[in-house]
Amino acid sequence: MTAYTATVTVRLKRGVLDPEAETTQQALERLGFELEDLRSADRFEVDLDAADAADAEARATEMAERLLANPTIHDYTVEVAEA
Amino acid sequence: MTVAIVRFGGSNCDRDALRALEHLGIDAEIVWHDDGLPADASGVVIPGGFSYGDYLRAGAMAARAPIMDEIRAAAEEGTPVLGVCNGAQIGSEGGLTPGAFTTNRSARFQCEPVHLRVENAETPWTEAFEEGDVIEVPIAHGEGRFELPDDHLETLNDEDRVLFRYCDADGNVTDEANPNGSKENVAGVLGADDNVAVLMPHPERASLPDIGPTDGQGVLLGFQ
Repeated sequence: MTAYTATVTVRLKRGVLDPEAETTQQALERLGFELEDLRSADRFEVDLDAADAADAEARATEMAERLLANPTIHDYTVEVAEA
Repeated sequence: MTVAIVRFGGSNCDRDALRALEHLGIDAEIVWHDDGLPADASGVVIPGGFSYGDYLRAGAMAARAPIMDEIRAAAEEGTPVLGVCNGAQIGSEGGLTPGAFTTNRSARFQCEPVHLRVENAETPWTEAFEEGDVIEVPIAHGEGRFELPDDHLETLNDEDRVLFRYCDADGNVTDEANPNGSKENVAGVLGADDNVAVLMPHPERASLPDIGPTDGQGVLLGFQ
């Protein structure tokens, strides 16, 4: 078994309204910053022991499917690295 | 024959639901989620609140509690199941009903009376109404914006599974009358069958004559 860190990034699907990001963008603009758009995402770093990277990725993907993301509104990515 | 009102850590509308159901002469009891669903439960209320602090997403934690397997099984057998507010979020997170309830367009918590148009009056939850009726009930949520991909929403419309839409006092479904930015003003939907329903507004808070309007009674009569 090898120790891995799986990084799961969960973001709203394109086109789904993100009021918190809009509010954050407005606050940045109020501070004088110029920006075109802003998107936010949640990042989960999952430490786990797995036989290989593919196994670690498969398990983290299932975590994303079943809890970390809501497939109705979210897309997600999974990246695995040795811890 | 008792309706089980499922209390999670952070539920806070369980007692309101109990009082409203008792007022209507419907036998009900509050059940701690970890004790499981009573075998003789004649119905299930998933009440409002802030279960598990809305961690991750509102309803996400409670939706993965073991009792949800029992609730899904009961729902499939035809037991009436109603999710209100946080219960609606739990129901959609738990796959009882389609779609997701997420951050309000305003990005704020909103607590206010709203009008709802009855879209389908041929369900246990709306039998007391006529299609097109306008009822007044309160909302109290920060994550009530209904989201569903357009093609799924079209299917939902085709299957007549939208129960209520936000509207103005005259029943017009307008953007101004949409308190949270819900797609097509959807406030409540049915599950796979009409014995399962969720809605963000609080019928139990509009059921006791002593404290105001009673339009919510009709929804709770789905347990009769």
